[in-house]
Amino acid sequence: MTAHHPTDQSLRRYERGDDDIPADELWAVESHLENCAPCRARLVPDPVATAVWAELQPALDRTPQMPRARRRWNGWFSPAAAPWLAMVVLVTAAAVALDRLGLMAGERVSVVLLVAPLLPVLGVAASWSRALDPAHELVSATPRAGLPLVFRRTAAVLAVVVPGLSLAGLVTGVGFTLWLLPCLAFTVGTLALGTLVGITRAALALTAAWATAIAGPPLLFQRTPLLLDTALTPLWLALLAAGLVVVVLRRMAFTRLETNL
Amino acid sequence: MTAPTTYAWEIEARELRVKAGRRTAVDGVTLTLGRGVHGLLGPNGAGKTTLIRALATVVKPASGTLSLFGGGDLRDVRARIGYLPQDFGYYRRFTVRDFVSYVAWLKEMPSRDVPAAVQRAIDRVGLAERADDKLKSLSGGMIRRVGIAQAIVNDPEVLLLDEPTVGLDPMQRLRFRELMAELGADACVVVSTHLVEDVAAGCSDVVILDRGKVVFQGTPARLAAAGSGDHPGDSPIERGYSATLALPDRPGSW
Repeated sequence: MTAHHPTDQSLRRYERGDDDIPADELWAVESHLENCAPCRARLVPDPVATAVWAELQPALDRTPQMPRARRRWNGWFSPAAAPWLAMVVLVTAAAVALDRLGLMAGERVSVVLLVAPLLPVLGVAASWSRALDPAHELVSATPRAGLPLVFRRTAAVLAVVVPGLSLAGLVTGVGFTLWLLPCLAFTVGTLALGTLVGITRAALALTAAWATAIAGPPLLFQRTPLLLDTALTPLWLALLAAGLVVVVLRRMAFTRLETNL
Repeated sequence: MTAPTTYAWEIEARELRVKAGRRTAVDGVTLTLGRGVHGLLGPNGAGKTTLIRALATVVKPASGTLSLFGGGDLRDVRARIGYLPQDFGYYRRFTVRDFVSYVAWLKEMPSRDVPAAVQRAIDRVGLAERADDKLKSLSGGMIRRVGIAQAIVNDPEVLLLDEPTVGLDPMQRLRFRELMAELGADACVVVSTHLVEDVAAGCSDVVILDRGKVVFQGTPARLAAAGSGDHPGDSPIERGYSATLALPDRPGSW
């Protein structure tokens, strides 16, 4: 750019980093170097890379490398949910055992069927609630908080609950159609009610509803719960759809702290 | 390097009212905060935590306006915030590195940047040697530092720290102030505390909150000048603090 290139002497002083160079000269040299490749080449003699490398190499061996530690978490499961999901698996196994022994509700009511709607409620509460997740406030404040993360975590819960129940169904002979819809409806119901009153309260309310309407009567009167009859499939479908609509409409609730706890 | 900003203040609140349960904890706060370290002082129950929660966008204001970075999409705004809540909850079985990288993931940082950013954040709080230890094996002061590391992992432009110095020993507090000064050079750092000396030493600006309202905003020197020998306190700034809150006249104060 400029016709006046710096003299060898001022380049050498600049290179050495002398601190007595007058400020105007220093700036002139520096701004010239930014725009003039030939002068940069004068400044940096070829063996410099070799020299730098020779100095660096011994230091590299002593510098600790960043460990390639494998991350031990997963973006799908809530870190707080692990013990609860283990419990869900245990409850499923216990239900199968009770069914096989025919102890709890006699021959005519399957315990697997009775616990099916309750299991995902536990998992969902563990995945997104202030009471069960110690880092809930931290998580709620992040950009990822919101419906996509909640759906992810719910999918992870269902990925444990549904195969577990399917296996239990195969062992005990309880049909898929009987438990799947109530199970999904309770899952979405927890989230939907949770957007209104907080997930913890929603889980408690739905557990109470389950105890009085589904699990109570059969245990008392030894007959298949009315609500789990296949004739009620449309009802469960309607509840599921309504729940999904509420969840989507109230999705911003998942980006805020549950203040009403 | 950084793109020119299109806003005057990182944080701009006008007549902000925020509820905590049924109580109005923040009652008509008007505040503008830019780069630097801002100390948020006030007696217990003055609304500091609620105000910080509102600034962190986890609590929705009941009325008034709050704009961070001149407004914009919630998700983009949150990606530029670092937040350490007062009750910092963590996963006991996670290692320091796992926890900070999980938060980095939650902050939607590009995955190739995460390992280096995590290492840097852990280094800055002086936990490099414990990086692969489980959180349950750390002391209370170290846990606080993990909390600070997770808050700064995304190089936030607004950093909100609620009572960060609780549980730190005197040496760690000094180191913490240095770190705040470093971060405050190019970010807006809001530190809530009830320790007046933290503010005196480390903050460029003080905001005093009392019963939900801002009763003082200015430099620590101006706060110190507000007090006189008659006001209770062991240092000029403590006397200034007492004078601002008019402590002796408060009914039921102690």
